[in-house]
Amino acid sequence: MEFKDYYKILGVDEDASKSEIKSAYRKLARKYHPDVSKEADAEDHFKEVSEAYEVLKDDEKRAEYDQLRKYGQTADGGFDPPPDWESGASFSRGGFTGADSMDFSDFFESIFGGAGGGFRQQRGQGFAMRGEDLHHQLSLFLEEAYNGCEKSLRMQQPEPGPDGGVQRRERTLKVKVPAGVRDGQTIRLRGQGGPGMGSGPDGDLYLDIQIAPHPHFRLEGGDLYVTVPVTPWEAALGGRITVPTMGGKATLTIPEGTREGKKLRLRGKGMPGKTAGDQYVVLQIAMPPKQTERSRDLFRELGEEVPFNPRDHLGV
Amino acid sequence: MSSRTPQAEMMDELMRLTLRDLCHDCQVNAEYVIELVEFGVVQPREGRSPREWIFAGEDLVRVKKAERLRRDLDVNLPGVALSLDLLEEVRELRRRVDELEKDRTRD
Repeated sequence: MEFKDYYKILGVDEDASKSEIKSAYRKLARKYHPDVSKEADAEDHFKEVSEAYEVLKDDEKRAEYDQLRKYGQTADGGFDPPPDWESGASFSRGGFTGADSMDFSDFFESIFGGAGGGFRQQRGQGFAMRGEDLHHQLSLFLEEAYNGCEKSLRMQQPEPGPDGGVQRRERTLKVKVPAGVRDGQTIRLRGQGGPGMGSGPDGDLYLDIQIAPHPHFRLEGGDLYVTVPVTPWEAALGGRITVPTMGGKATLTIPEGTREGKKLRLRGKGMPGKTAGDQYVVLQIAMPPKQTERSRDLFRELGEEVPFNPRDHLGV
Repeated sequence: MSSRTPQAEMMDELMRLTLRDLCHDCQVNAEYVIELVEFGVVQPREGRSPREWIFAGEDLVRVKKAERLRRDLDVNLPGVALSLDLLEEVRELRRRVDELEKDRTRD
């Protein structure tokens, strides 16, 4: 087992005062809080920082930890708790980081015990506690969000073992994501969170949806935006063009004399749902990559036929 | 390994929740939610008195986030309200920056 240096994690000296520890914790908690931070491993950092604070803020736990830090480390930087080790600072759920206590490391549990103690003590006493709600991020491609999909989630879940202690089990959960989920939206799976204690019900699982950027479509709330190039003559003359939508091809009529950046709406072709979004087609005028002698002549003729200065408003 | 495929519920504006539902699902008491309403952290979608209040799924997500910030960062309620508003603004600005970056690299 890897030894965790809680002082190093909080960036404080081993003789740091309680207020120094608290201040260091608060600063790091703000930095790594999963609701605030954008760092990829924010949640792991936050748990580590919370665990360090859970120990160092408490005189009794800190004294025990200091003792183990001095004598319990192995030569290779690992850690083995002494065989007859029993913590006097019993750990129980509740308090500042109580809701996350089931997530503390094996290292922490080897010293202070885990919520498993809770399973043991609380069983058979008519005790009931609802399982904790779990939060995860779920990344989807736009196609998956649009059509709905089934995803497999792998989670480490603590649960009461046969001996009444806590054990971690890897759980694979299949999730049916409904069609039309939006970026930043949360979906809930009832009863799929942490296990309840005693006769308490299981917690819920909340999944925050993140939709990966799409090469062509842009999502804004429930509306989809796509930039579609048109030829100069299509823009000048108007007509019907075929455009992509997430649900397949659609035909769109562009008006005569369409300008670059013109936005046209396809009602109800955005993200599905009880109130379906719209799709907006933004037109972009594209030039043919190569000119022929004949096409050059035609453009010259057009220039003579249509007197037009697009830079008039710039005074040039 | 679970063989069930549970159906997900969308926590959106179509989900209707009473104060009691909200308290039950967030494991908080009604007084706390009333305070959150007073500080503008959440706003009921309907109803004039707490007994009549109706919240949406998005409000539940916001109450849970508020509770996490309050508990983990020791922020008071005006601070929670401000943090949530700023976090939403940052999220929206990040999204716009990403779009602009994408357009810039495409040109």
